[in-house]
Amino acid sequence: MNLLAISRRFLLSRGLIGGSLLGTLAASTSAPASSPAPGSICYADGRAVGSQAHDNLHAHGNMTTVGTVDHVANGFDPHAILTDWDTGVLSTDAQGRTVRSFEVVAEDKEIEIAPGIRFPAWTYNGRVPGPTLRATEGDLLRITFRNNGSMPHTMHFHGIHGASMDGVPGAGEISPGETFVYEFTARPFGCHFYHCHSIPLKRHIHKGLYGAFIVDPDPARHPEAADVARSRLLGTPENAHWQELLMVMNGFDTNFDDENEVYAVNSIAHAYMHKPIVIERDRPVRVYLINVTEFDPINSFHLHANFFDYYDHGTTLQPTLRTVDTIMQCQAQRGILEFSFAGFEPGRYMFHAHQTEFVELGWMSFFEVRA
Amino acid sequence: MTRRLFWTLGPATLIVLVAWGFLWLDPLAAFRGMTPPAEDLTVERTILDESSIHLQVRAGGSEAMTLAQIQVDGAYWRFFQDPAGPIGRLASVRIDIPYPWVLGESHHLTLLTGTGAAFEHTIDVAVPTPTPDAALLQTYALVGLFVGVVPVALGMLFFPALRAAGPATTVFVLALTLGLLAFLLVDTLSEALELAAKAAKPLAVPELVWLVALATTGGLFAAGRRNGGALEPMALAGAIALGIGLHNLGEGLAIGSAFASGSAALGSFLVIGFTLHNITEGVGIVAPLTDSRPRLSALAGLAALAGLPAVAGLWAGAFAFAPHWGALALAVGAGAILQVIVEVGLLIRRRLADGSVQPMPALAGGVTGVALMYLTALIVPA
Repeated sequence: MNLLAISRRFLLSRGLIGGSLLGTLAASTSAPASSPAPGSICYADGRAVGSQAHDNLHAHGNMTTVGTVDHVANGFDPHAILTDWDTGVLSTDAQGRTVRSFEVVAEDKEIEIAPGIRFPAWTYNGRVPGPTLRATEGDLLRITFRNNGSMPHTMHFHGIHGASMDGVPGAGEISPGETFVYEFTARPFGCHFYHCHSIPLKRHIHKGLYGAFIVDPDPARHPEAADVARSRLLGTPENAHWQELLMVMNGFDTNFDDENEVYAVNSIAHAYMHKPIVIERDRPVRVYLINVTEFDPINSFHLHANFFDYYDHGTTLQPTLRTVDTIMQCQAQRGILEFSFAGFEPGRYMFHAHQTEFVELGWMSFFEVRA
Repeated sequence: MTRRLFWTLGPATLIVLVAWGFLWLDPLAAFRGMTPPAEDLTVERTILDESSIHLQVRAGGSEAMTLAQIQVDGAYWRFFQDPAGPIGRLASVRIDIPYPWVLGESHHLTLLTGTGAAFEHTIDVAVPTPTPDAALLQTYALVGLFVGVVPVALGMLFFPALRAAGPATTVFVLALTLGLLAFLLVDTLSEALELAAKAAKPLAVPELVWLVALATTGGLFAAGRRNGGALEPMALAGAIALGIGLHNLGEGLAIGSAFASGSAALGSFLVIGFTLHNITEGVGIVAPLTDSRPRLSALAGLAALAGLPAVAGLWAGAFAFAPHWGALALAVGAGAILQVIVEVGLLIRRRLADGSVQPMPALAGGVTGVALMYLTALIVPA
């Protein structure tokens, strides 16, 4: 008889009949069936448990990826991505206008997105997310895009530009080996992003072709809120007071079944859980947050023990949402979060998606607030 | 002599040379690096203790593969692997996951390899895996006796009645045995194939099941008839008992692992159902003996041979059991049953050949045998 297929309902309905025998069973299993010999406890990569600094069981106990990611082999570090703004090469054209030139190369690259899990990514400049292009409102941008990958690619900017510069099939799409120069004015100010718009679209985006595009407001154009604009403008003393961080919420479908196996901020699962982001307590924090997560309709950001002001798309100098601790973004939505830990008790403050599914699959992080 | 040696060693040397040449020339080098290696992971055994999930996992990739991460219920979870490192082709490792599983609920595991391939494993109903101690072994032995020995012995009690009946009844009962055995053959084979499907794919267990079953049939047939001629009645009864015993071993395995994995409660109804179901087996074993005078000890031996394997099966199924071993044991059982089907069939043909008995009782017996087995199977809530 096929007993293996006996349904669970059967267990529940007949449980009473077999009660006495089940009792025997339960009584005899109070001791563990077996436990590994002390010497044999190791991680999959052979390291003994307890031999690594990150074996801290404080956070979510055992709910974690196991092992470490080789950031050197990847060629990028999620902690560096938080603050490495690419401001391009500055020059001035005949009309005296500031010209900002960037170089971006698309290339295929295998990256380790969670300990031990390698993903055959398509990248901009060998990293995911691609370089964070940062300009000032009104700059003329000149982005030289070279395709060293194996597929046609584009750079489609979320910004204001002409049809020929849209970075879609037929307007700025280039084949492997080709080069294209995108040229347009940086506007509107805000927290934006760019991504490949070649088809199939879903595959080109989730393989890793996306990056942040931040346009700082020009204080001269916003006399009514010049102080706020200055605090957003990279290079000013006002801006230097802020602790600015870039966070791109993304996911990876490692077995290509149109569902993400790994979720993260800036690609590496649990990167900021195993090594928290250090925050100086008395300086304000500004997060440029972008959602490029594929397959899931929304992603979200929740800050523990604190509240923030939110600027949807970053295109205003007044918050579009005040005093919230959770916001959600659909794919391509982005915004700026501003908050402060001034006067807070030093320690670890969690932040994560408030879809627990994403939390448990890698999108879980910490701020380490120091006095 | 030299000539024969040449024609033996010559081809063998050539095989080695061709293999070496192929590897040396490496004509498939162009394909390498274009595709990730084929990977396969099979969970062969799941053990739950009070604080952990333990898995026995076998790799079946085209090369050694890495178990990179494990998700339990959609959450990445800490795990320990022994032995650590990449898992070689067909090698198996033990995985320990400290996870607070919930009694009576389902848990879903996803094993991710270094290439990001995902292999799913479901624990249908989480219950603590029994640990082998004296009390539990006794309980399982008791269940095994009720499922195996008791029904066979009860069935054999019909022996005096069978002896008293005429030749038509004897043929009827022999045919009934044939029907019973046909049912057991199908049952055993389907169970063997079901287990085979759960075994690691590169082991090719489904193919092995057929081959082992046929080899067993052939082997037992040859062994039984090594002196020429048909089987003696006692030898035939022994063969039937052996086939039924191997089938009961499989039944024990299934019951034991169902209890261990929580997919069946150890209900009294279940055991009684099996007892009724297996009574026909006892009738079948003594059917060839109607013309002989077996000793009581011989009959007891037959009952033990047919029934005791259920106890062994229960123990193995509950405590230590990989699907491929179970499948092979059942394949041997199926082969043994096929052999006795042939022998009983030949015996019936001999009885019909002398013209003293009409074919009708034989036909009725066969149908009754299958029907009895099917109907009593309905009692077993499986």
